[in-house]
Amino acid sequence: MLKTFHIGGIHPPENKLSAGQKITQLNLPKQVIIPLAQHIGAPASVTVRKGDEVKVGTLLAKANGYVSANIHSSVSGKINKVDSAFDTSGYSHTAIYIDVEGDVWEDYIDRSDTLIKDKLMTPQQIIDKIADAGIVGLGGAAFPTHVKLYPPPECWATVLIINAAECEPYLTSDHALMMEKGEEIMSGINLLMSATRVGEALIGIENNKQDAIRHMQQLAKEYRGIKVVPLKTKYPQGGEKQLIEALIHRQVKSGELPISVGAVVQNVGTAFAVYEAVMKRKPLIERVVTVTGKDVARPSNFLVRIGTPISQLIEAAGGLPANTGKIVSGGPMMGRGLTGTEIPVVKGTSGVLLLPEKDAKRKPARDCIRCAKCIDVCPMGINPTALMTATEFSNWEAAEQNHITDCIECGSCAYICPANRPLTDYLRMGKRKVMGIIKSRKA
Amino acid sequence: MILIAVISLGVIGAISAIFLYAASKKFEVYEDPRIGLVQEALPGANCGACGYPGCAGFAAACVNSNTMDGLFCPVGGADTMSKVSVILGKEADGSAEPMLAVVRCNGTCKARPKINRYDGARNCSIASALYAGETGCSYGCFGFGDCVTACAFDAIRINPETGLPEVNDENCTSCGLCVKACPRNIIEIRRKGPKSRRIYVSCVNMDKGGTARKACDNACIGCGKCAKECAFGAITLEYNLAYIDYTKCRLCRKCAPVCPTGAIHETNFPPRKEIKAPATNDTNKI
Repeated sequence: MLKTFHIGGIHPPENKLSAGQKITQLNLPKQVIIPLAQHIGAPASVTVRKGDEVKVGTLLAKANGYVSANIHSSVSGKINKVDSAFDTSGYSHTAIYIDVEGDVWEDYIDRSDTLIKDKLMTPQQIIDKIADAGIVGLGGAAFPTHVKLYPPPECWATVLIINAAECEPYLTSDHALMMEKGEEIMSGINLLMSATRVGEALIGIENNKQDAIRHMQQLAKEYRGIKVVPLKTKYPQGGEKQLIEALIHRQVKSGELPISVGAVVQNVGTAFAVYEAVMKRKPLIERVVTVTGKDVARPSNFLVRIGTPISQLIEAAGGLPANTGKIVSGGPMMGRGLTGTEIPVVKGTSGVLLLPEKDAKRKPARDCIRCAKCIDVCPMGINPTALMTATEFSNWEAAEQNHITDCIECGSCAYICPANRPLTDYLRMGKRKVMGIIKSRKA
Repeated sequence: MILIAVISLGVIGAISAIFLYAASKKFEVYEDPRIGLVQEALPGANCGACGYPGCAGFAAACVNSNTMDGLFCPVGGADTMSKVSVILGKEADGSAEPMLAVVRCNGTCKARPKINRYDGARNCSIASALYAGETGCSYGCFGFGDCVTACAFDAIRINPETGLPEVNDENCTSCGLCVKACPRNIIEIRRKGPKSRRIYVSCVNMDKGGTARKACDNACIGCGKCAKECAFGAITLEYNLAYIDYTKCRLCRKCAPVCPTGAIHETNFPPRKEIKAPATNDTNKI
């Protein structure tokens, strides 16, 4: 029996159209837009000025506070302006506009392809290098990686979990990365293991990626403590708490962090970025982005410089299909609908999904028929329909008591609802409200 | 047989009566009878606009306070407060001016074209938690009517033509429930003004002028012309947005005609006597 988590879960059509596509380098854009808030936490503070010449890898903005990340230039050229730009949510935030001239890299970056496996370094050195390179979680949430590697006091990590489940339908960027950069990923995992001082690493891969499982298992033989675990294909397998349960059979308590059960979870893309940052001193300036959709001419996996407008990715994949109803940044379950195509690729952009009109449109919501399907599929074991009602009538006490803050916004409840009720929308809003109330109570 | 039943029930009743009497004496909570009287004089909307949890809370605060400074029921206004002062024999704080909720967005369907389609839950807070909205303006009104739902006095309605909420001067009690309900902080409680005459900037977009204008024809672009025109220093310019301080404004109406986008609104004024050339466009919009 394949391992998986035990509460809830769904299996939407996989639609991995771009699986098996090689990673192709996307051409440099004419201008990049690099937002200062690409990660969870405080936006970075700018260190360059208008008119400055920058190279690939030049520091543009410095981490501002503990939970924050450095931002480096992904291209060489001249700073055009520091101005506001729209992000994936449609709100405008400060960003650095760079006009691209040539492709000159900073000297400190090692651009060779040679694989470096062993380099004796202390955990602190590794973490410092990760922090310098501005690495954030590449699964989508973009939480600064170096912060995750410092365990809070009185907590010990016992196992490193590498998230390669890629449970979102359509997305294949992690899959492609594992097939092509497997050895680098293994080396990166090794570095993360020594940074967190653990002897065991588990790579969780859903069994719809058989080739990746075989490939990674082959590579893992050379490394002590790294094990590849095939997982049942089930959404949201890649949720942090779900993956921990699937792999080490321990549940993270409500409101606790994964470290409370001794686990540190990192995305497989992050492991690759860590390898590049530590061994090659290459900051996080590019990432693999899947561009896909049922009517897209060439669904592809692109290696894209951070800051490239999404319009350019769509063009490279064969242009915007005429029947496009929604452009989504991320996967269909948790991604965000974009308000335009001039929005830049950021560190957390895992995919661009072009949904046809008929898939994009929501059906009108009807009354709840009390079928409890949402309760069955909720991977956090909460009661979405009751929480939606509580939120609808601003009953924040009831929402808090019923653990609305545990919601991971995976969208399973809204997906399964036969009455098309916008459960996730209400839960997301209610969760924010309740978190605000809890915060103000503490203050 | 009947006698036994009557006697036993009578005894039980008597014991219970004694017990209840003793308990009511022992655990008696004294409540000032004036609290009830004051509460009867209050509107009974329990809106919380006074800052107390409902009318009973406000009544208790009135009775317990020595001077009644700062205690004011915006719903009932000066009339209610004078009634309360008669009951309590204290000087009521009746000086507060009548206030009113003002919607500071004029992004009508015509002026603010939609650039995407939202078909999630029709609720402003939800849409706001998700993204910037259907139009290019990430500060303006969603038009899903959270304020309408919040209002306890039927004073605010969405105008289907403009897609924006409109406040009914008669019904609005300035309780502020709509202000709290709006996730965009568009609604502000402002002075009602003599004969309901008010001047305010009907825009909260803090984007730069170009971006704001591109998103909405009626946006304040932060050009500062109005601030220069104002003789009383009532208009401040911050974050690309003009704001008229109603405590300083003398309602001279000089700022409205100079606004290039018609973002400054004047309500209930008599028509202008002399219409200057640049003002013609604006008056059409107003």
